[in-house]
Amino acid sequence: MKKKISPMTRKSFVTYGLLLIVFIAVEIMMNTGNISSMLKGLLVPVCVYSILAVSLNLTVGILGELSLGQAGFMCIGAYSSAIFSNLVKDTITQPLIRFPLAIIIGGICAALFGILIGIPVLRLRGDYLAIVTLAFGEIIKNVFAALYIGYDSTGLHFSLKSQGDLGLGADGKMIINGALGISGTPNDSTFEIAAAILFITLIIAYNFVNSRTGRAVMSIRDNRIAAESVGINITKYKLITFGLTAFLAGVAGVLYSHNFYSLQASKFDYNMSILVLVFVVLGGIGSIRGSVIAAVVLTMLPEYLRSINNYRMLFYAVILIVMMICTSNATIRNFFVHNFEKLKGLIFKNKSKTVKEAE
Amino acid sequence: MAMLEINDLNVYYGVIRALKGISFEVNEGEVIALIGANGAGKTTTLHTITGLLSAKSGSIHLDGKDITKTPAHKIVKMGIAHVPEGRRIFQNLTVLDNIKLGAFTRKDKDGIAEDIEKVYKLFPRLEERKTQIAGTLSGGEQQMLAMGRALMSKPRIVVMDEPSMGLSPILVSEIFDIIESIREQGTTVLLVEQNAKKALSIADRAYVLETGKIVLSGKASDLINDESVKKAYLGE
Repeated sequence: MKKKISPMTRKSFVTYGLLLIVFIAVEIMMNTGNISSMLKGLLVPVCVYSILAVSLNLTVGILGELSLGQAGFMCIGAYSSAIFSNLVKDTITQPLIRFPLAIIIGGICAALFGILIGIPVLRLRGDYLAIVTLAFGEIIKNVFAALYIGYDSTGLHFSLKSQGDLGLGADGKMIINGALGISGTPNDSTFEIAAAILFITLIIAYNFVNSRTGRAVMSIRDNRIAAESVGINITKYKLITFGLTAFLAGVAGVLYSHNFYSLQASKFDYNMSILVLVFVVLGGIGSIRGSVIAAVVLTMLPEYLRSINNYRMLFYAVILIVMMICTSNATIRNFFVHNFEKLKGLIFKNKSKTVKEAE
Repeated sequence: MAMLEINDLNVYYGVIRALKGISFEVNEGEVIALIGANGAGKTTTLHTITGLLSAKSGSIHLDGKDITKTPAHKIVKMGIAHVPEGRRIFQNLTVLDNIKLGAFTRKDKDGIAEDIEKVYKLFPRLEERKTQIAGTLSGGEQQMLAMGRALMSKPRIVVMDEPSMGLSPILVSEIFDIIESIREQGTTVLLVEQNAKKALSIADRAYVLETGKIVLSGKASDLINDESVKKAYLGE
């Protein structure tokens, strides 16, 4: 018996397939040495930003609330996992054990903070929520930028003043050095692991949207009063979504921090949050595949525009504006959709019926 | 003992007192109509019963159990379903998803499937449009969807807020026929309506609200002939 595949499942499998094809292509390029060092350096950040975009899309597209604190949750994931990895890098030398642990720790720390912040913050809606999440993101960043953590034989030392205030012993080592950030984090992030985590993120996101919980969350987005009137606990489902978003952002932070030898908290400023929001909006609010595509294209673009030096950011801005017009203008979008359907009809002649339906 | 007992209910919006000590009761199997002008407190009353608003004082009892402070999502489980005013459906979800969400508090899969069929029988148009996005339905269909969704929680009392608002006369009659058939299936109905004539024609008893107070109550058949009601609400 043939089981009917829902359109949503088909959508998700197309995305998985696309990702797999890109992954294999990149692997072949890497193994045959046909890859530029610039592209190689971009592979992990591209995955990181894709995960961030997918996670933010759960809040913006599925829950329908604007959150600008992504970078803050990412920061928590990055720092907590980097502290862990620095502490255990001499005892657990095998990165295949150490790194998954770091990912779990980073994700859970971020999720805990997400829920903790979510409890007071999610009472707000719309612009107010956006402002408050932005503020929390900045607070997190600034706290980490002022934090000093070191360890010696007597244990961990914390301070918010200076390195000297820690009172480390002779064998002491710094983990977080205030605004200078973390250094010495093992470079455990590889493209393979990052791609695998992006894959898992997509599976989580698609299953979330299709689940009972996901439907409840979307019903809150569509109509809060009606959602309450069918017996949905609004606070609970908002918190679940917020926690999941923070978890995924935290995991992205882990990948990010283990990709660089040193890392400063100032990297996680609101620009990063806005950038991720740009990916989500351009990729299409609510479209998971769109988020990934936008994140990939817009992360690579500025690097490839380096050849035009001074005009780089100008071009980047113009491209952003053109993309925005193309995606928001119904006439232009329909033009593309129409031609795409036609093309599909030519390739799959037996399925040409879909063209008619689309029209 | 009445199924639903409202006792001396006071509700405030900030400093404005919207309900000024309302008391009434709903017995099992009845259709009760709350009528009154705009701003009389009809919707406020319903929202307080279903937990969307909280009362400053007074009590609401369901089967003798105090539910005054129970949150909205728990009240659904206790057997009160709310059809909110203005066809609040889930615009971006399909008709079927909307109906399924009505059964959110239930876990019995077979029972839910059975009840979906029942809803389709009551509203055949919803079955025709089950894969359609709910926001694309017509006004009347959206109202039917909101009603069908409420029935999915297997309520003992359905609380309806202005089901006829903004509908054409033919659809209004259709909606009221459906309310009657819901009652025939043994569900109690608490109905808030501006269309007093229609509401009184199907209700057993009715309460007339005026600026947060109940000013008149009695059998619907008596009220429909009452001079003051005729003058104020029936336009005669």
